[in-house]
Amino acid sequence: MPLGWPTLSLHPQKDPHMADQWAPSAQIATLKMRHDLMRRLRAFFDQKGLLEVETPILSAHATPDVHLASIETRFGYLHTSPEYPMKRLLAAQAGAIYQICKVFRAEESGSNHNPEFTLLEWYQPGWDDQQLSQQVVALLQHLGLDRNSQYLSYREAFTATLGIDPLSASLATLRELAGELLGQPCDDYDRNTCLDVAMSFGVERKLDPNLITVISDFPAAQAALAIKEQQPDGFWTAKRFEVYCGGLELANGYAELTDAQEQLARFEAENRDRQTRNLPIMPIDTHLIDAMKAGIPACAGVAVGVDRVIMLCLGKKHIDDVLSFPIARA
Amino acid sequence: MAFYSTNEFRSGLKVLLEGDPCSIVENEFVKPGKGQAFNRVKLKNLKTGRTWERTFKSGESIEGADIMDVSMEYLYADGSFWTFMKTDGSYEQLNAGPEAIKDAKDWLKEQDTFEVVLYNGDILSVVPQNFVELEIVETDPGLKGDTAQGGSKPATLSTGAVVRVPLFIEIGEKIKVDTRSGEYVSRAK
Repeated sequence: MPLGWPTLSLHPQKDPHMADQWAPSAQIATLKMRHDLMRRLRAFFDQKGLLEVETPILSAHATPDVHLASIETRFGYLHTSPEYPMKRLLAAQAGAIYQICKVFRAEESGSNHNPEFTLLEWYQPGWDDQQLSQQVVALLQHLGLDRNSQYLSYREAFTATLGIDPLSASLATLRELAGELLGQPCDDYDRNTCLDVAMSFGVERKLDPNLITVISDFPAAQAALAIKEQQPDGFWTAKRFEVYCGGLELANGYAELTDAQEQLARFEAENRDRQTRNLPIMPIDTHLIDAMKAGIPACAGVAVGVDRVIMLCLGKKHIDDVLSFPIARA
Repeated sequence: MAFYSTNEFRSGLKVLLEGDPCSIVENEFVKPGKGQAFNRVKLKNLKTGRTWERTFKSGESIEGADIMDVSMEYLYADGSFWTFMKTDGSYEQLNAGPEAIKDAKDWLKEQDTFEVVLYNGDILSVVPQNFVELEIVETDPGLKGDTAQGGSKPATLSTGAVVRVPLFIEIGEKIKVDTRSGEYVSRAK
């Protein structure tokens, strides 16, 4: 997969050389409202005493996550999230911290995606994932998203919307479900791909549009950087949550993995997966591993897609409506 | 032929799907919070005209289709083929079969220019101009003086097409027809 500049296809019917491309895609009135929301957002964290930090956007290291395409430059990689250096600050006893920054993910373009977007990330030492997910909901409500919330486990969300238990269902059942949702055979899809189809084309589309939904306890295979735990019935899950408003995904959080050995093993497994998929091997962030060896406090962390939150608060349907210059005009 | 990755998908891109040439109409990027991204794609099958919906895992590639849009002049029909000539100065002639002609058949007038879609160098489909001027070869006698009120009658054109025309139109007249709706527009000037 090429890591280069993504092909620009946000508005395929528009010629990118058209004369009006100099102009912002968001209205100035929208940018003013965006400014107000950003002030409210910072006020939320300042009131709670979190420290606002800045960490490098350009790094010698990059995530090996097979589903994230880092943009490579002559001098290193643009970060896809500020997670690793923020955890190094936690190891250095920074306490509760937050950051608002631009992150970059090649190949992600669409009505809810721009390859360069604004991420809000924060960490609460001593908290677990459940407490933090409640704070995410509180933040959304503070920003004016006047909705009630519901909390579902990944299992409950699947059972309620699709009538299937995602942890115990056989691969054959999941492939059949994915095939039904897409209207095409999915016989070569692996378990995680089937679950991702079910989530994106099934569960998300059936979430109540008037509610903020927190989905927690993802399958262990989708733990990313969250702590894993065993359920009473033997299935392994991850202390990871996602926050949705209607079907729009807004945030992803974890009870953070702090074990250096386990972290290194997960990174290496991701890189092996990259190798089998013919994707470039990523330089593992050894500073993060060393920070974990030095000791990161037990904590919960979360990343929020700020542009999407602003879309929701302002009732905009396309991410371009809240960006001054999306990728096609950048 | 080149292969196109999902991140190169855009509307108008011509690709091969299940052996048929298709044009991408719509491309929606879908991604769960973490994990596999997908491209939900609407494609128009250029052979059948039908619209397909397919989902690809982002990063997958499909083969491009060798499709070219050219202007060609209609020359003649010999009973089984319709012969067209390129207007780019090459005077190259190509034959179209009934499959390729189907939508344009009613509007084929010699020496008229058509938009022709070539697939691997052969004529895949023929698109008439939006408006054509054709002669009436058969219709009921005209009712002179009945120009104000509505009312229409069938008229057969030189191509064999039948369109409804106002009552005052007569055999031998040339009329302008909208090929998209098959409707009479006006008398030809």
